[in-house]
Amino acid sequence: MNDVWFIVAGYAVILGGLALYAATLLRRLGVARRESGSPPDHGEDRE
Amino acid sequence: MKTRILGVVALVAVAAASVNALFIVPADLNQGDAQRIMYVHVPSAWLAYLSFGVTALAGVGYLWKRDLRLDHVAVSGAEIGVMFTAFAIWGGMMWGQPVWGVFWQWEDPRLTTTALLLALYVGYLLFRRLTDDPHRRAARAAVVGLVAAVDIPIVHFSVEWWRGLHQGPTIGSPERLLDPAAPMQFVTALLAMVGSFTIAWAWLMIRRYQLARAEWQIEDRARRGSVAEARQAALATRRAEEVAR
Repeated sequence: MNDVWFIVAGYAVILGGLALYAATLLRRLGVARRESGSPPDHGEDRE
Repeated sequence: MKTRILGVVALVAVAAASVNALFIVPADLNQGDAQRIMYVHVPSAWLAYLSFGVTALAGVGYLWKRDLRLDHVAVSGAEIGVMFTAFAIWGGMMWGQPVWGVFWQWEDPRLTTTALLLALYVGYLLFRRLTDDPHRRAARAAVVGLVAAVDIPIVHFSVEWWRGLHQGPTIGSPERLLDPAAPMQFVTALLAMVGSFTIAWAWLMIRRYQLARAEWQIEDRARRGSVAEARQAALATRRAEEVAR
């Protein structure tokens, strides 16, 4: 495989960024739900 | 529960499409392995368009219905769109250096208008912080989101309207999908990645919308609490004045 570092950098930032954003989003959601007094799955699939 | 299942499906789909794009699909004859970056660059660009399109439509919906839930959809689209725009730019840069010989060129219309798109929606997110009133914020943000959305077709058609480094569309129309300017194996890998990224996008949008709703509940409670406190303080002052008389 040529240009391997560009491919690694491209995929690592995009897939890693996606995973990091998803994890951060879940953490933010957990904190917000605790602060709002909603149970963890409140309205999860109803909204 | 359904959202959790969607999340698991997204994870598996992105992992499978990535393995296919990195290790199974052959390298391009001209561009070599660097072409594999296209499999994450193109879906990121597509989802940036989709996210900002949702933001614009939800903004129009808010201005029409005055329903804050539409504003929560709009902010979700903007935040996720900013992320995918940054990914599209990054992927493009990582592909550009080995293939074009440069990471970036300001003279290229596609690159410059995409950078402008990123700046516009970062501005949209910052603009939302200027006011605490939820309806005023939603209305102003809807207008900004609509103005910013004008850049979406400019970005998309920039490769046809002006000359630059960026190549034209490989799959630009339904006819082109049946007769693409790339081998079918490449197109299939690209479509698999677009599909898996779109499932991940749907999951992110649901979770980000839920976050916006929870944040609004906190904000609303704090506002009601401060109004109740102010009322109590005013009542206490009036009583004290009456006692003093």
